[in-house]
Amino acid sequence: MTAEKLLTRNFGRADSHTLRAYLESGGYTAWQKAQALEPAAITEEVKQSNLRGLGGAGFPTGTKWSFIPKHHTGPVYLVINADEGEPGTFKDRYLLEREPHALIEGMLIAARAIRAAKGFVYIRGEYVEPWRRFSAAVKEAYDAGYLGRGLDVVVHRGAGAYICGEETGLISSLEGKKGWPKVKPPFPAIKGAFGMPTIVNNVETICHVPHIINRGAAWFASLGTKTQGGTRIFSVSGRVRKPGIYEASVAITLRALIYELAGGVAGNGRLKAVVPGGSSAAILRADEIDVTADVDGLRNAGTMAGSAGVIVMDETVSIPEALMVVARFYAHESCGQCTPCRESTGWIYQMTKRIVEGRGRKDDLDTILDVARRGAGTTICAFYDGAVGPYISYIEKFRAEFEALIPN
Amino acid sequence: MPRLTINGGEVEVPPGTNLIEAARKVGVEIPHYCYHPGLSVAGQCRLCMVDIEKTPRPTIACNTQAAEGMVVWTETDRVKETRRSVMEFHLINHPLDCPVCDQAGECWLQIYYMKHGLYEPRMMDEKVHKPKAVPLGPHVILDAERCILCSRCVRFCDEITGTGELGIFHRGDHSEIGLFPGRELANKYSGNVVDICPVGALTDRDFRFQVRVWYLDATKSVCPGCARGCNIDVHVNRRRPHHAEGRRVARLKPRVNADVNTWWICDAGRYGFTFVDDKTRLVTPSRRDGEAVTDVAWDQAVSAVAAALERAAPGEVAVVASAKMANEDLWALRRLLVHRGIRRVGFRIPPRVPGDEDAFLIKADKNPNSLGAELIGLEGNVRDLLAAARARQVKVLWIFGHDLFESALPEADVAAALRGAETVIFTGTSANATSERARWVLPAAAWVEREGTYTNFQGRVQRFRRAVEPLGQALAEWDILGRVLQALGAEATPPRAERWFRELAAAVPAFAGLTYQAIGDAGVMVTR
Ligand SMILES: Cc1cc2nc3c(=O)[nH]c(=O)nc-3n(C[C@H](O)[C@H](O)[C@H](O)COP(=O)(O)O)c2cc1C
Ligand code: SF4
Ligand code: SF4
Ligand code: SF4
Repeated sequence: MTAEKLLTRNFGRADSHTLRAYLESGGYTAWQKAQALEPAAITEEVKQSNLRGLGGAGFPTGTKWSFIPKHHTGPVYLVINADEGEPGTFKDRYLLEREPHALIEGMLIAARAIRAAKGFVYIRGEYVEPWRRFSAAVKEAYDAGYLGRGLDVVVHRGAGAYICGEETGLISSLEGKKGWPKVKPPFPAIKGAFGMPTIVNNVETICHVPHIINRGAAWFASLGTKTQGGTRIFSVSGRVRKPGIYEASVAITLRALIYELAGGVAGNGRLKAVVPGGSSAAILRADEIDVTADVDGLRNAGTMAGSAGVIVMDETVSIPEALMVVARFYAHESCGQCTPCRESTGWIYQMTKRIVEGRGRKDDLDTILDVARRGAGTTICAFYDGAVGPYISYIEKFRAEFEALIPN
Repeated sequence: MPRLTINGGEVEVPPGTNLIEAARKVGVEIPHYCYHPGLSVAGQCRLCMVDIEKTPRPTIACNTQAAEGMVVWTETDRVKETRRSVMEFHLINHPLDCPVCDQAGECWLQIYYMKHGLYEPRMMDEKVHKPKAVPLGPHVILDAERCILCSRCVRFCDEITGTGELGIFHRGDHSEIGLFPGRELANKYSGNVVDICPVGALTDRDFRFQVRVWYLDATKSVCPGCARGCNIDVHVNRRRPHHAEGRRVARLKPRVNADVNTWWICDAGRYGFTFVDDKTRLVTPSRRDGEAVTDVAWDQAVSAVAAALERAAPGEVAVVASAKMANEDLWALRRLLVHRGIRRVGFRIPPRVPGDEDAFLIKADKNPNSLGAELIGLEGNVRDLLAAARARQVKVLWIFGHDLFESALPEADVAAALRGAETVIFTGTSANATSERARWVLPAAAWVEREGTYTNFQGRVQRFRRAVEPLGQALAEWDILGRVLQALGAEATPPRAERWFRELAAAVPAFAGLTYQAIGDAGVMVTR
């Protein structure tokens, strides 16, 4: 299942971030090709490729691009989400550091498809080296005349809030406001950054675009499943022998990913649980990992592909403690805008903490489940549903472990 | 215009109307905190969920525009459950300090908890603590623990005043309303944030701890603070007078009028009522002989004034009317002028400092009824009139309300004019330097103590009603003028403000056809 590498093919080269290395590996030829294509034809090609957003939501990329109003005459913006805040996810930093020109080339093509003349790249504040490398690549691309002739790119650094990775929170932040997600409708494609139609895409999603243009939608689609094409980069962390990033077909199973690519469980431990798509994904038990890791495969398994941050836990990991850590994260990162999320993330964290500290109450588990279920789907952004995923699944799947901590 | 069905009732609304407003039209109230019709949609409180057919989950009504054929249900089981949950979320960190909270009795947490909450509390953990009793500016004080972070106050300062003093700081359940560094909530409309704050987080420093709101009565009125005539409610504390040391008017609140002030009033108007219960109020008719002031009965004062007017030739009488008087008063005055053939009249006194004006509500003309005075025919040159008094051509000088010393008129000229007239009569609510030089002082009822109408700068005639009894023996100016007219032998004068208005409407073309009933609560334009 170790398909051909697309995104990470040059990662072995020490100078992979330079324009020279990128050109040597065939870089910017897709852009040459795309310039001869009508914008609608580019979008159509991307639709046919079954490329789905790799930032978290898995939305079909070509379809998203087609939402830009046809008769809009003002500016359109392309925004690249390089905030990479989802715990367990560390792929975009490598792309920025080692393959920055792939993102620039992808942006040129995407911008042509949606008729954007300006692109913003919103980089997680802590990503200093990725930001340096990417900024240097932008300068190279300007000097070489790829940028500045129809597309300008603005690099913007975030200030450390997870919620600024949510696309409308990111837009608020980009606009100079507090990173509060916006109520939808209107969706960004209709009214996004600075009130203009805007497409927000993940770094990895856009890095795929040159490959699709170069080698065709059918080829890309064939790499994956019926409903999702291509490869993606899995960030594998936790109790595995070889944690790290692995590019593989989206159709790889979690088992193959963990045992074949990441070398299996570290030490002589036994697998206990896997979180397949970043901290917001529902947890899977060890016996639930024979599923493909594509968007629909994991959705059918009751969890999500998310950002493909695969967190592996062995028998030494306390699930209640893990939930407490996750709950602390969501309580700390809730933007505080909408009531269910603002108020209940802190409350649920307090309950999980009490349980872990041996001060749990009989009703706590049912209260957490009830509160989470009541809040789910009632908020402005998907952050809260992302918190509900772990709240409910950790307790439902490992209830006995929680109960054991609650005094009689 | 989209037609939709809400709880089975059909309604047609203008395009762009949201479901909260559409539901109002069929008498359905959708509970909400953050939505306010005068502000942008925030969608934050999540309370206004409704069910829309063909939509998988309940949806917020504030951010959903009515669409043709939409079928909306606001009381389904799952909507009610969602509301109950959202109420619980709103209250888990709330201090529940209603017994010491000024908002109690008009708090939307209390109201909605009783209507839509009524769950068994199960939050046993430590609540988040935040600052309490923080003054934000001259008029507003914050209790951050009671704040439900609806952001209405922030949006008000961003969108209505454009002053941006407030923000929500921190994140999650530590989010907190506060001032940006170095700022103070001191814009000219700051008091409105208290009105739109649905809870006891922002309260009014002037009103705080005076009286429980359930002891208040509300009366529809109009602000007399400037030519706009913002619509207001006068809240009066009659039932617990000892709670506020005899202060009867507890507060003024804006009353919505889409054509005049929308939802808002300015601070100057809101806090401009203190004169009503002030020690400077004139409460009995009186006569001054040198330094000696003697209270007199109304009859005595009225006959003395009438006698003074009769003694003087029409040309020897001068009247400084006031655009703070109601249309009814001004009409009564006009009748008196005609009855006696008096020509020397005017009402515009130049202010010492030009009135403050902005592009929103505040008008430079600090009188509520200048247009009324003009239409009723009381325009005249006050400087000439006072010059005549200085030249001893005026025997009787009758001044309504003004303190001429507090104007742009040279003080020496004013003093000379008051000395030059044989008899100075003053009619007004409050003592001032001018009233102290009058031989006869006739106390007038304040606007909240009587009925009447003002004509605002737009030409809108608006009613104000009586909220409290006149203090002491004070009378409305129309009443005083009516009594003088009778003493002068005029035919019967109307016994009520409304009857004076009818006369006015019959006599002055601009007011033709208007009645109190037609004016109603929202006012009617004069014909011009
Ligand atoms: C709380 C939250 C955090 C998110 N953080 C990120 C992020 O760090 N990077 C990212 O690409 N997408 C993130 N997303 C997903 C974005 O909202 C959005 O779906 C994505 O950027 C779209 O790009 P794609 O279609 O290429 O995946 C986040 C979503 C949520 C709800
Ligand atoms: S769900 Fe949470 S993070 Fe998202 S807007 Fe609401 S409060 Fe903010
Ligand atoms: S804000 Fe409302 S619920 Fe809270 S203490 Fe005040 S009155 Fe009570
Ligand atoms: S202070 Fe009042 S108006 Fe402002 S956010 Fe809090 S509850 Fe809303």
